[in-house]
Amino acid sequence: MRLTCPHCGERPHDEFAYRGDATLRRPDPAAPADPEAEHSFVYLRDNPVAGHREHWLHAFGCRTLLVVTRDPATHAIRSIELAAP
Amino acid sequence: MRYSIFSVLREALRGQSGWTPVWREPTPKPRYEIVIVGGGGHGLATAYYLAKEHGIRDVAVIERSWLGSGSVGRNTTIVRSNYMLDGNVPFYETSLKLWEVLEREINYNAMVSQRGVLNLWHDEGQRDACLRRGTAMRLHGVDATWLEREDVRRMAPFLDFEHARFPILGGLLQPRGGTVRHDAVAWGYARAADALGVDLIQECEVTAIRRDGDRVTGVETTRGAIECGKLGLCAAGDSSRLAAMAGLRLPVETHVLQAYVTEGLKPFLDQVITFGGGHFYFSQSDKGGIVFGGAIDGYNSYARRGGLPMLTEVMREAASLCPPLSRARVLRSWGGAMDMSMDGSPIISKTPLPNLYLNAGWCIGGFKATPASGFAFAHTIARDEPHAINAPYRLDRFRDGATIDESGSGASPWLQ
Amino acid sequence: MTAGRSFRLASGGLVARDAPLRFSFDGADYEGLAGDTLASALLANGVRLAGRSFKYHRPRGIVAAGSEEPNALVELGAVGRREPDTRATTAELFDGLSARSQNRWPSLRFDAMAVNSLFAPLLGAGFYYKTFMWPASFWERLYEPLIRRAAGLGRIAEARDPDRYETVHDHCDVLVVGAGPAGIAAALAAARAGAKTILVEEDFVAGGRLVADRREIDGVGGAEFARAAQAELAGLPNARVLVRTALFGAYDHGEYGAVERVTDHLADPPPFAVRQRLRRIFAKRCIVAAGAIERPLPFGDNDRPGVMLAGAVRAYLNRYAVTPGTRAVVFADNDDAARTLADLALAGVEVAAHVDPRPGAAARLTAASGVATRAIEGVVTRALGRLAVTGAASVDAAGAAWRVDCDLIAVSGGWTPSAHLTTHLGGKPAWREDIGAFAPGALPPGMAVAGAAAGDFGLADALTGGWAAGARAAQDLGFAPPPPREPKVDPDAPARASTLRVHPGARGKVFVDLQNDVTTGDVALARREGFRRPEHLKRYTTLGMATDQGKTSGPLGLAELAALEGREVSDLAPTTWRPPFTPVAIGALAGAHVGPDLQPTRLPPAHAVAVEMGAVFVPAGPWLRAQYYPQGAESGWLEAADAEVRAVRAAAGVCDVSTLGKFEVAGADAAAFLDFAFANPVGALAPGRVRYGLLLRDDGMAMDDGTVARLAPHRFVVTSSSVGGPAAHLHFDFQRQARKPDLDVRIENVTSQWAQFSVAGPRARDAIARVLDPAFDVSDAAFPYLAAGEARLAGGEPARLFRLSYSGERAYEIATPAQWGAGLFRALVAACEELGGRAYGLEALNVMRIEKGHVAGSEIDGRTTPRDLGLDKFVAKKKDFVGRAMLSRPTLLDPARPSLVGLRSVEPDARIVAGAHLLAEGAPFDARHDLGHVTTFGHSPTLGRWIALALVKDGAARIGTRLRAVEPLRGHDALCEVVAPAQFDPEGSRLHG
Repeated sequence: MRLTCPHCGERPHDEFAYRGDATLRRPDPAAPADPEAEHSFVYLRDNPVAGHREHWLHAFGCRTLLVVTRDPATHAIRSIELAAP
Repeated sequence: MRYSIFSVLREALRGQSGWTPVWREPTPKPRYEIVIVGGGGHGLATAYYLAKEHGIRDVAVIERSWLGSGSVGRNTTIVRSNYMLDGNVPFYETSLKLWEVLEREINYNAMVSQRGVLNLWHDEGQRDACLRRGTAMRLHGVDATWLEREDVRRMAPFLDFEHARFPILGGLLQPRGGTVRHDAVAWGYARAADALGVDLIQECEVTAIRRDGDRVTGVETTRGAIECGKLGLCAAGDSSRLAAMAGLRLPVETHVLQAYVTEGLKPFLDQVITFGGGHFYFSQSDKGGIVFGGAIDGYNSYARRGGLPMLTEVMREAASLCPPLSRARVLRSWGGAMDMSMDGSPIISKTPLPNLYLNAGWCIGGFKATPASGFAFAHTIARDEPHAINAPYRLDRFRDGATIDESGSGASPWLQ
Repeated sequence: MTAGRSFRLASGGLVARDAPLRFSFDGADYEGLAGDTLASALLANGVRLAGRSFKYHRPRGIVAAGSEEPNALVELGAVGRREPDTRATTAELFDGLSARSQNRWPSLRFDAMAVNSLFAPLLGAGFYYKTFMWPASFWERLYEPLIRRAAGLGRIAEARDPDRYETVHDHCDVLVVGAGPAGIAAALAAARAGAKTILVEEDFVAGGRLVADRREIDGVGGAEFARAAQAELAGLPNARVLVRTALFGAYDHGEYGAVERVTDHLADPPPFAVRQRLRRIFAKRCIVAAGAIERPLPFGDNDRPGVMLAGAVRAYLNRYAVTPGTRAVVFADNDDAARTLADLALAGVEVAAHVDPRPGAAARLTAASGVATRAIEGVVTRALGRLAVTGAASVDAAGAAWRVDCDLIAVSGGWTPSAHLTTHLGGKPAWREDIGAFAPGALPPGMAVAGAAAGDFGLADALTGGWAAGARAAQDLGFAPPPPREPKVDPDAPARASTLRVHPGARGKVFVDLQNDVTTGDVALARREGFRRPEHLKRYTTLGMATDQGKTSGPLGLAELAALEGREVSDLAPTTWRPPFTPVAIGALAGAHVGPDLQPTRLPPAHAVAVEMGAVFVPAGPWLRAQYYPQGAESGWLEAADAEVRAVRAAAGVCDVSTLGKFEVAGADAAAFLDFAFANPVGALAPGRVRYGLLLRDDGMAMDDGTVARLAPHRFVVTSSSVGGPAAHLHFDFQRQARKPDLDVRIENVTSQWAQFSVAGPRARDAIARVLDPAFDVSDAAFPYLAAGEARLAGGEPARLFRLSYSGERAYEIATPAQWGAGLFRALVAACEELGGRAYGLEALNVMRIEKGHVAGSEIDGRTTPRDLGLDKFVAKKKDFVGRAMLSRPTLLDPARPSLVGLRSVEPDARIVAGAHLLAEGAPFDARHDLGHVTTFGHSPTLGRWIALALVKDGAARIGTRLRAVEPLRGHDALCEVVAPAQFDPEGSRLHG
């Protein structure tokens, strides 16, 4: 696969470190403890066939964390954006 | 028809005209007591053991493609029980014992070949881990043998003992490990299940799971609706998609694992050998091809194909561990869709929904588990409670922390 | 017998008649010409028996002239260069080539294994699934060894491959696969438009059918046209032609894999030349012009040497000027036969008969070609002969049987587009009724097909289609397309195929898959047994699973299955093609980074000093670290490490810890970020202080540990373990961007930028003082335990000093930029030695950390919580941090969960080893009585015992009891005492000593 890093351009995917599902939201630590939400955050995944939003960190590049929207069924990439713009 | 040397001789003399289909091609009935989704090794084994062990014959296995088209037909055929953790060893040892009697039980030669599985170690940390694991195996009554470097050299002189980045220092051998002809496992279980009255329904894809409140009542398929008393999901690679039809999210990601085979070579490799300096492992099939693989590509994929970076990485490890392989040629590469669970261990479990049972999360090692998985899943469905061997594999173990993390990588399936 | 005669035509062909080459096959010497393949050279010498089949060991000849060859597989080279399963049809001849036939004993002409043919009725498809089941143990001991001995083709090399391989990356606008007419036209169009173009061709000559057939384009011969085009492309700055380069796979997002055979064709490769080169080609557009593969026809004994694809016959005649026979029968079901007839006649080969099942076709084509031969409207039912074809039996439309003497049967069942590359990314081929074949279906993004690969079999169509595809690709990329071209070519008779049915009058075995010996009988048997789907048929019979991956057998098998099922071929789905298109050497895919270069070895800055000191090294992740520094008569690790520990505990020692992961963390929110990343409250650290730091994963398991030092209010230096450095780096960068994007913090990995040394022992302060700028005050008042600060070395070099202890002694860690690392280490070793101490390595380090009960990677194994490790006292109660919520899950709080304890042997010499499991005294050796395992061990000279750390169920409750540390594999069984993790100086008084 080829990923287009907003900083470094189109690069082979082996330059990037995969970090999985980017839609997971860490439960608010200030809110009352919610074991179900924590369990869901750490362990449960939508694992979709299409439109998977996933983290890739440009490990052998600019070290930027990207959110890549990609179809796991075809590997087609829909969009790539910075995780922390 | 019963298979034996006599039936083969008889048919040889009469132009092979007496052989009959190994399975029927039934039209789905409107209702079954139990429906199993997934006509792979685990699904077919589950149906077989439901009929054989529990006397439940009103069973359908529904398969979206052809029988055995999933992971049972695209793995590297290894069987072993050389695990470390208490949750795993008894399960995989049960599986190995079932492999040892399988062929005579189902009257089908699946070429269960116990030529040994050898894990190499290359540094002191790996040595200690192998010793821990080997001792755990012995504690569970499983065979495990320690090899020093010279023992390994005698067993596999073609490995690199001279120029390696990760020199071979020794190995842990499970003599009873080995390989099984993978397709034959699907066919053998299918034939045996069919003979016991199970309907095997091919080209039948599930499009929805029917519910009455929380209770699961059946499935809708491309060949019509099928009602059932109990529904078992047994379609690793697609577990999340199926579970989503019932409104469940699973602790599973789907990843791609590649495997490779070379052109046919005269036999030189008896054991399955795994490289501790990377992820490479290899064995030689009865046809002569070297069957080998490495790690998952490391990103979510349902595409059943991998990329060049992992391919070249595996080849580097192959040429490094076994230098004479350098001039052998890779004939074919393929990819499988892996249900990567969040602790690297499978799920054979009841679910929050009554009548819905889950067999999933096999990661990269489901093939060796086929008999025990079918045996335990059948038990779980028929009795509505797990068998002792799959009790640790419950779906809710992540919630309370009873994970079974053999590799210690945690909830990062791409690292397993 | 044909051997000994020359079958080379007097003129013609792309062979250099002034360059004879000597070669051998099965020990006999022959001569060929430059430009030959091994196959053409064998045929030129009348050698037509090239191999034996896989199962029945039937004699086999050369069938094809390219990489689709199923039969003529040979072994080349010797020792480390022995290369199995090479297609004679693609092996370029060189002087001195030595080839051997495979899978036969004792010789190719007399193969004892051919006895298998007698048992053929027993050996039908899948026979092995039905027998060999009793008794169980006989499978491994008897049946399987017999099967394995008979199986396989060539032999693997006997030694290390002495050749070199490399990997290169190519980038282009337009990649064209195949340098036949369509590919040449596509490349010319794209390149003339200005697109950066790469044309790859697996053959060593460009042209495809242009060099195999006699064609004319715009008045020049096909070979000349190809040569001129190749020259033009070679002259363009934006184009490259790579011959001997097989494109084997299409990958995601425009990546293609190709292997170039760089020196395989040279008798004497230059020293250090690479043998093969993997090219990872990144292309914006790809045009697949891979041609088509001719289909054989099914008839009895259609595997006899002398049955050859008609297109291959023409290739041998025209390209190599070799006659593959003297008297031929042409059996075809398409109009391509006219070309075969004409070429045979022109070469002086007698055409004994032309057989074509289509009404009137044989007579029409025979007349049109002007060849005097017998036209038979019918089919060949059987090839006669055994080691070579001696005749053909046929049946005509009226039912009359004919027998024709011949030594060559040229067959053609039409052509199937080579659609393989279009399916590697999941595309499915689609049936094309007009050509009677499966052709490329939906294409992946950026890919186009042209010429015969697209089902356009005519030369004019290939040229215009190729040109159009090349122009379109260039235009897509913003280049002005060149004007369309209308080449004038000699007329075509596109080869639409028929249905490939077997005639009921066929006698003998009718082979579908030659190499795997799959017959129509096997297909019928499989179907009878329910293996009715193409994938089931393939797997049950092995049809299409040979080294040619069904290139010629696939269409035949589908047709046979369709006929039996009473369905159309178009209703069946062909089995999946997967990379590689042609088999590729593992060495070529591996490239240069193999053996000792499999992974880089990282060396700390002072490595050379340790080498000078005679250190013994041990791998630690990617690092090589000193395990111990033997001195004088010390004979091994145990003696040396004992002495090193004693030296540290008595005086001072220095250990190279440069491999630790090191990170600079800076910014207004650096403290807040570190507080989030670490489980303990490191953010509250005062400037000038350092403390332990514990990292957890999101699931609450310990991930790594290290230290955090605050050098200034907004500037920290963090360390991780050596092996865990890269993971910690990733963890910090991920957590910062994914979870705390609003914090002002920067993280820099400075692992390699700094050398770092631990100096420990009662005299450590004296040792440190000797290397520091004398102005720096290291008194306990100025620099107490857990102080951190920036300093200068005696020579003025910058340094960082931390008062940390892993050994339990008074200790310092001192860091300096890498370039001064070796000097500092030398100075520290000298200082320690003057004080009665010495350098110490990993072994002594480990012993001392066990004595102190400090955990490391052997305990932080991804399955342990802070509580398991006795670290819960560090875990913050109030702040939020990674992994916090998961720590309170009930199973993780179970007191029976294995937790950290210390062990010491009851007998001084009873070795406790890591990996041993722990059992109560007198308990039976079984899993129910397994209490835990030993994580790490060493010999403590301080305590005079073997000591260890262990994770034990109910650990705290067992302190003071005795357990056995047992492992039966190597045979260790040590009675040991369970103690608190810190066995030595538990009060920590020596930290200040």
